[in-house]
Amino acid sequence: MSADFLYTLEVILNGLMAGVMYSLVALGFVLIYKASGIFNYAQGVMALFAAMTLVGIQTGQVPFSHLINAIFGTEVHHFGWTVPAVFAIILTLGVMILFAFIVERYVLKHLVNQEPIILFMATIGLAYFMEGFGDLMWGADIKTLDVGIPSGASVWLEDATIGWGVEGGGFYGFYIDKLDMVAAVVAIVLVVTLTLFSQYTTTGRALRAVADDHQAALSVGISLRTIWVIVWSIAGFVALVAGVMWGSKSGVQFSLSLIALKALPVLMLGGFTSIPGAIVGGLIIGVGEKLFEFWVGPLIGGATENWFAYMLALLFLVFRPQGLFGEKIIERV
Amino acid sequence: MKSRKLAALAVVATLASSSAIADLVFPSLSYRTGPYAANGIPFADGYADYFTLINQRDGGLGGENLKLLECETGYNTQKGVECYESTKGEGALVYQPLSTGITYQLIPKASADGIPIHSMGYGRTSAANGKVFEHVFNYPVNYWNGASVAINHFLDQGSLDGKTVALVYHNSAYGKEPIRTLQELSKKHGFSLTEIPVDHPGQEQKSQWLQIRRERPDYVIMYGWGVMNQVAIQEAANIRFNMENFMGIWWSGSENDVIPAGAKANGYKALTFHNTGAGYPVFADIQEYVVDKGMAAGAGDQIGTVLYNRGMYAAMLAVEAARTAQEIHGTMAINASQMRDGMEALEITEEKMAALGLAGFGPSFSVSCENHGGPGNAAVQQWDAAAKKWNLITEFTPSDMDVIGALIEEDSAAYAAENSITPRSCS
Repeated sequence: MSADFLYTLEVILNGLMAGVMYSLVALGFVLIYKASGIFNYAQGVMALFAAMTLVGIQTGQVPFSHLINAIFGTEVHHFGWTVPAVFAIILTLGVMILFAFIVERYVLKHLVNQEPIILFMATIGLAYFMEGFGDLMWGADIKTLDVGIPSGASVWLEDATIGWGVEGGGFYGFYIDKLDMVAAVVAIVLVVTLTLFSQYTTTGRALRAVADDHQAALSVGISLRTIWVIVWSIAGFVALVAGVMWGSKSGVQFSLSLIALKALPVLMLGGFTSIPGAIVGGLIIGVGEKLFEFWVGPLIGGATENWFAYMLALLFLVFRPQGLFGEKIIERV
Repeated sequence: MKSRKLAALAVVATLASSSAIADLVFPSLSYRTGPYAANGIPFADGYADYFTLINQRDGGLGGENLKLLECETGYNTQKGVECYESTKGEGALVYQPLSTGITYQLIPKASADGIPIHSMGYGRTSAANGKVFEHVFNYPVNYWNGASVAINHFLDQGSLDGKTVALVYHNSAYGKEPIRTLQELSKKHGFSLTEIPVDHPGQEQKSQWLQIRRERPDYVIMYGWGVMNQVAIQEAANIRFNMENFMGIWWSGSENDVIPAGAKANGYKALTFHNTGAGYPVFADIQEYVVDKGMAAGAGDQIGTVLYNRGMYAAMLAVEAARTAQEIHGTMAINASQMRDGMEALEITEEKMAALGLAGFGPSFSVSCENHGGPGNAAVQQWDAAAKKWNLITEFTPSDMDVIGALIEEDSAAYAAENSITPRSCS
């Protein structure tokens, strides 16, 4: 096979992998939007906060140590212990559930029956609060995240495929990052679990009922507040997964919150209310932007990926505003 | 009664303003928040701590208290301009914009206001031409010097004729700065240049590194910032690119950039215009007079890191320029115009560096009316992942001023024409 053909395949494979990473972020948005109609602007910051908390717990960092030291003149930084990754993840999940309770208690509860734009603006405020709170709690330095996920090229795959190209044709075997492979498996497990949860559990059915009609759900005794806590907890868990995957690549730092920018075109494409839509949208954006960069990028100066993703999303907005899998909005006047 | 109160208020206001005037004011356009905070904090801490040191240890500069005016830009150009506007009336002596975007916006404003700008290792490169840019300084080194020193380092390993050099750059005014220089150098040395842009913030670079894996350039130069650096180094390690042949500009060469990649970052190189580590007497003084007294701008745990040292170095150069201005004008309470004169007459010698407790920390250089950019010398440092430290592996070596000088002349002449500036005479 020609090297060009094989490289195109490689780009498609890596586009699929990148798409999975985008989907992980988009999933959190979908969960909250589906259950409460809120576009959660803070989802990216939640991923950052979850990853910071995970590293902080794992490394035994004293929370708010800078603040404590500044006030009391002490020099405390670490407890002197480390926590195994699995326990640290469980503890972080606990923190994210606590966060969901706090958000419901102090933000959402007071905004019941408000316009969606008010709720959206509340999440903007929440995002800024969490940015500062996270820095205050764990510091603004770049943290290394290591939960034992392998990374780097899969040598096995390279060796297995290097012979596919014509000898001397300049093909070096397929490159796929092991971290991306793990992310793909995690994403599949996550989507299947979430789908089964929403289809076959009482809580899941309650979530769907709330998503379909708040008033009707309330009338049959479903507690909106409990549902919101559950949804935000699940979104917190998804944020933790996204934070771990992205943070393992780049270290945990503020820029992690900007991964939300990558999720927006995915949501526009897949629809804001569909879990499979988030996955399919992510895959289309991932493959599309990588192929566009591979074929057209060199002709127009490169760095086309962000542009392409949003252009594709814009096209969908024009022809199918609800996205591929979103619910068609029909409002009668 | 009312008029008495008013009179008393007026006296207090006058006293307050006169005490403000007596301070030597150094604004610090810092960024402690936002995507680049992890880099902005140590720089701002180093910058602030040196001024505190001069106040605490020496009783100020020539008896004048040094006052730092910190303003948060978030690395945002608009906020940076707002910071400039809100602080320039406080008697600001010199601005360190700490962002190429902010520098570009401030050049015409500060020039009109008569306040000097020092963009150390960033900003508009052709500002090195002091005949055109009277109020802008970018000593001791600029982006074009960096590109040339990187190429010179590769040339030391053998001819570049027929080889390929890839430039992975932040797709912004900053990242694009070295392109023209590298194009000229590629003609001179016979290598081909591949330009690979990365969009802000650079969290996803799969396409770029797949391209590098396909095309197998002999060398990669990176002009990145923030998360782009960490991801690029991680991706380079993933595709098993030889770190010996991967070199970043000085804004891609801090501990923050390499630590997330762990052992895989070992051998990565970066340019620098100052040394690293805390093994200089000045840092012992900062510990004693600033940190131990609880007056440090930060936690005091960043001393010796690349960006803390760079902030401290920038402050030291500002203080030495102010000292020179005091000597030239025979007054301790200098103004911005006099500060500019001090910057233009600045001489950094080995003896001066030794006296400051910084022997061997940075290159010796002098500034002149024509040359606001200094000698353009830079060194190469290499990351030792096991020891978690940078090691200087070359001296501060010169860049190809035959190529760069011509480019500076050309670009500054274009700027002068666009802005109807008649280059001043320096004879």
